Amino acid sequence: MKVVVQEQPFDPWKALTDHEATLESGKAGGSVSFVGTMRDFNDGHSVSAMRLDHYPGMTEKHIEQVCQEAADKWDILDSLVVHRVGEILPNDPIVLVVVWSAHRANAFDACRYIINYLKERAPFWKCETTTQGANRWVEHNSEDPGVAAAEAVRRSA
Amino acid sequence: MAINVKYFASMRDRMGRGEDAVTLEGESMTVADVWKKVSNGESLPGSTLVAVNMEYTDGDSVVKDGDEIAFFPPVTGG
Repeated sequence: MKVVVQEQPFDPWKALTDHEATLESGKAGGSVSFVGTMRDFNDGHSVSAMRLDHYPGMTEKHIEQVCQEAADKWDILDSLVVHRVGEILPNDPIVLVVVWSAHRANAFDACRYIINYLKERAPFWKCETTTQGANRWVEHNSEDPGVAAAEAVRRSA
Repeated sequence: MAINVKYFASMRDRMGRGEDAVTLEGESMTVADVWKKVSNGESLPGSTLVAVNMEYTDGDSVVKDGDEIAFFPPVTGG
């Protein structure tokens, strides 16, 4: 398990392959990754930039807790989370979650769990700059209809 | 007892500062008591989240000497 919170922009695909190179060769049957990128719109406004604040120490602690919960729930080999803070521009990668496992189902489920609970519990806050130059705190993450649909499928399975 | 209180995001803007070093008199002080002291008696906004020593808790939690208490709005990462 590796968790990185950093100000520097990063290449998620390089981060994935760099971490994969540290894993024991031949054990992973695959990886599932999620890359969150910054949109140039939110809540009906065009957005030109964003600042991401966090609570140093608590943020890393809670991402690690979520990754450990995923490792306890599913048979996975390893997980990696990289999350930006500071000044961010549209199209920049904000977050990377990768899970490696011997079989794909566990990696899909664990990756979904980690990004969903990271968004719910890890203390980050977005402050957007609109194209009109106004700064505003994002009060809540936007609803993802896919999350509710996936949960409904899981419950009925 | 001496505690450290931190504010983040819109809560930091509201308070006009990022943290306070607070000295409390008496026993069995709660997070809600701390909020009253640092905010001059205002009620805690309903959506505010609270952490003690980097773990989520609520206003009824009893604080101890040396604790780090944080007040902040709902999180919006990812």
